[in-house]
Amino acid sequence: MSKAVSCSLFRRREFLKTGGALIIGFSLRDTMAIAGEAQQDAARGSTAGPPDPKQIDTWLAIHSDNTATVYIGYVELGQGSTTSLLQVSAEELDLDMSQVRTVRLDTNITPNQGGTYSSSSIARGSPAIRTAAAEARQALLEMASKKLGAPVERLVVSKGVVAVGGSAGQSQSVTYGELIGDKFFRLAFTGKTPVKPVSEYKLVGTRPPRNDIPDKVSGKYVYLQHVRLPGMLHGRIVRPRGQTAYGSGARVANLDEQSIAHVPGARVLRKGDFVGVVAEREWDAVRAARDLKINWDIPAILPGSDGLYEAMRAAQTSDRVVLERGNVDRALAAAAHVASGHYCAPYQAHAPFGPNGALADVQADSALVICSTQDVYATRNTLAGLLGLPPQKVRVQYYEGSGTYGHSCYDDVAQAAAILSQLAGRPVRLQFMRWDEHGWDLYGPAHVGEVRVAADASGKLVAYQYDGWHHNWSAVETSAQLALGTPAAEWRDGAAQMVNPADCGGMYEVPNVRLMNHHVPGGNYLRGAWLRSPLDLAFSFASEQTIDDLARQAGIDAYEFRKRNITSDRWMGVLDAVAQASKWADTPRPPASRVSDAKVAAGRGIGLGTHLTSYGGAVAEIEVNRETGQVRVRRMYGAIDAGLAVNPAFIENQISGQLVQTVSRMLVEEVTFNKTNVTSLDWNSYPILRFEQCPEVVPICVQRLDQRSTGAGEEAMAAAAGAIACAFFDATGIHIREFPLTPNRVLAALKRA
Amino acid sequence: MAGELKIRVNEQVHSITADPNTPLLYVLMNDLELQGPRFGCGLAQCGSCSVLLNGNEIRSCVTPVSAVVGKSVTTLEGLPAWYAKQEKLPSVPALHPVQQAIIDEQAVQCGYCFNGMIIQAAALLSKTADPSEAQIRAVMNGHLCRCGSYPRVIQAIERAARRMKASIGRTTSDLRAQEMPAVEVVR
Repeated sequence: MSKAVSCSLFRRREFLKTGGALIIGFSLRDTMAIAGEAQQDAARGSTAGPPDPKQIDTWLAIHSDNTATVYIGYVELGQGSTTSLLQVSAEELDLDMSQVRTVRLDTNITPNQGGTYSSSSIARGSPAIRTAAAEARQALLEMASKKLGAPVERLVVSKGVVAVGGSAGQSQSVTYGELIGDKFFRLAFTGKTPVKPVSEYKLVGTRPPRNDIPDKVSGKYVYLQHVRLPGMLHGRIVRPRGQTAYGSGARVANLDEQSIAHVPGARVLRKGDFVGVVAEREWDAVRAARDLKINWDIPAILPGSDGLYEAMRAAQTSDRVVLERGNVDRALAAAAHVASGHYCAPYQAHAPFGPNGALADVQADSALVICSTQDVYATRNTLAGLLGLPPQKVRVQYYEGSGTYGHSCYDDVAQAAAILSQLAGRPVRLQFMRWDEHGWDLYGPAHVGEVRVAADASGKLVAYQYDGWHHNWSAVETSAQLALGTPAAEWRDGAAQMVNPADCGGMYEVPNVRLMNHHVPGGNYLRGAWLRSPLDLAFSFASEQTIDDLARQAGIDAYEFRKRNITSDRWMGVLDAVAQASKWADTPRPPASRVSDAKVAAGRGIGLGTHLTSYGGAVAEIEVNRETGQVRVRRMYGAIDAGLAVNPAFIENQISGQLVQTVSRMLVEEVTFNKTNVTSLDWNSYPILRFEQCPEVVPICVQRLDQRSTGAGEEAMAAAAGAIACAFFDATGIHIREFPLTPNRVLAALKRA
Repeated sequence: MAGELKIRVNEQVHSITADPNTPLLYVLMNDLELQGPRFGCGLAQCGSCSVLLNGNEIRSCVTPVSAVVGKSVTTLEGLPAWYAKQEKLPSVPALHPVQQAIIDEQAVQCGYCFNGMIIQAAALLSKTADPSEAQIRAVMNGHLCRCGSYPRVIQAIERAARRMKASIGRTTSDLRAQEMPAVEVVR
């Protein structure tokens, strides 16, 4: 059946069977346009990608109804980046938003722009998409020039209608659709055509609504979890409840296949220590996975969440200087004010709201895998290796699942589905259960940070030292590890896996700096990978509290102290934005200068931080109940400067979500585990913030028309984490050394003080 | 053992063959091919799978299909018609006012939780025309959102309440749209 899939966009009720080919329907568009488009799509989908990036046709198609499809190499993750990239295309093509659309990623159709990560879709994606659109427009103008008998310079375009400037009337105009409708350009993409100057933008910088929201509220949107393949089985994986140490996996001790004999049509499928079940009906697959009698050999080598930080700090690490400037030791020794602290951050889970799923149809010489990967081409390569097929024989199609916030189980589930399909000899739809996703995630790694910062008598920073301990990201997915015995390996020393100079003092002007990364070997720990704003919350939590301690020592207001130590106008911009929104300067005072014995202590904090690019600022207003240990975040202000904001409304929505998610991560989220397994396996044992705990949020997008676009999907989170920690210090006069700020942890900290 | 069951979903009676203990969610997704209710936890903890059963929100992931025989199930797909019937509207609108308000507020991020958000909010507004923010938070508290869309969901429910009061004619005094001004700093 997979061979018949001729287009990246399909859903089961849209199947029109035509001689074995599957064609999709667009209910709102005329059938001629669909027919022409389907032909082009069939041509596009017929060979393995990636398509040649040096061809205009790789990037866009103009249809006979004067609309355009833009082929984008980045996935939509509920952040609006697809709509933003369409805004960029429509701007250059002089189309309006109703005339542009895109398709889901497909290794036979869409270009390879690398993975969708680090909030970089606009930063990395928009230059190629913008230039390709400008080049296509230029080619269309040349065609129009011939058709209309007028030089290109005299032509004007509005909504895809090319007219001779100064004239009116039908005979003097032609549409893009009439010029090329559904035919290939067959033109080289030179990348040399000039793009529009910012001053001429009509769409970029404005706020058109997201194109996916209407279908998402009506139930028409097809999430990965809705996709079905003809002739498929339903599958479930069977693993220990809660992951085991990354380096040693889990071994099947014994397995009783007869234990699921009562489930109609259910089968156990096994490859090495990879175990799954399949059945014709989904509930039977769920029951079979539940009822299968299986025992595992699991080594008791994890440190357990209670002994985690001591184990990390005591580990034999490999150390690296990330940044060294001036003489930190001498400056620390001579400074008027020195503040230092030891801070800890837990493993936290991606915990996508709908667990990951995948569909696979693996045949002897080819495979189709449908999943929610953030990088279809990278997933294709790993699947090819796993299945023993050349990459060109594996087709990977993307469907959006629920928000994933980084490397959740999307590759693991894709591999698992492929293994099940290969073993079953049938297409398989695999849905992870809640405990699979919570329990076998690649968590955001735990972190221990030690900070020493010094200022002179006037409050000028003179020294900054940060030492960070953590393990790196896991390079092998659980399915491959269990099925093939692939040895555990870590990605090493990449961006976002090291102490981050941007968060660790990088926003401040400091003459003497030393940043040290202490890599903890990951084998006896949990699986790790990038979780939205990787490690940044931990850095800012530690760093910004230490800065506030210095401000307190120097008797200077926290906002004022930061202003004295910032020279960058970008950092100053986000700092001022949140200070102004929160009316901070109305009541200047040093941090922790109004600590009282009241049962409920109020505090405010201001923080800075980012991820790899952009600039984030935040203010938190919180209350701490000294009797119950409950922390309530009342209000959060957050600002991001991401350069040119293609769609400021989307950035505001992202900031809102980042503020709420950061409050969740600072107050309630923590992966727990014992010596053998993870024990936080659902929303009760791994809670997230709820409606009743949710703060009021004030998002601020700082628009910089003269700066290139950078990321906005995670860059306020570190600042928000720092602001919350500083607000706790302001309220109580105590530095909180670990997050999340659970009642037990808060009560213990108050008692120690 | 699997047997034939008749269930009423979105005002249509469907005959299905299923084990009576099968959770309703799997029948809605796989037999009826509906896309509103969706799998989130299977533990009644998150609200992804919410549907209305005789007008009350339930979790279809833990409700055996046999338990809804003789009752009326409404999913996200049937919500506009359910609303029209409740309010005796002359025709079925394209969207329930909560759905429209969520579009107007651009409240969605990934959107996966919005099935449950919309179902629960519609149930709330059918019983409480003018809920306070505290009431909204309390009623919605069993619906989780990993993306952090709660503030905009609250605004959307308040907007929908205003619109419903206006369109149904209970009172027209509170029609003014309380738009949140967008804060955008251009430097």
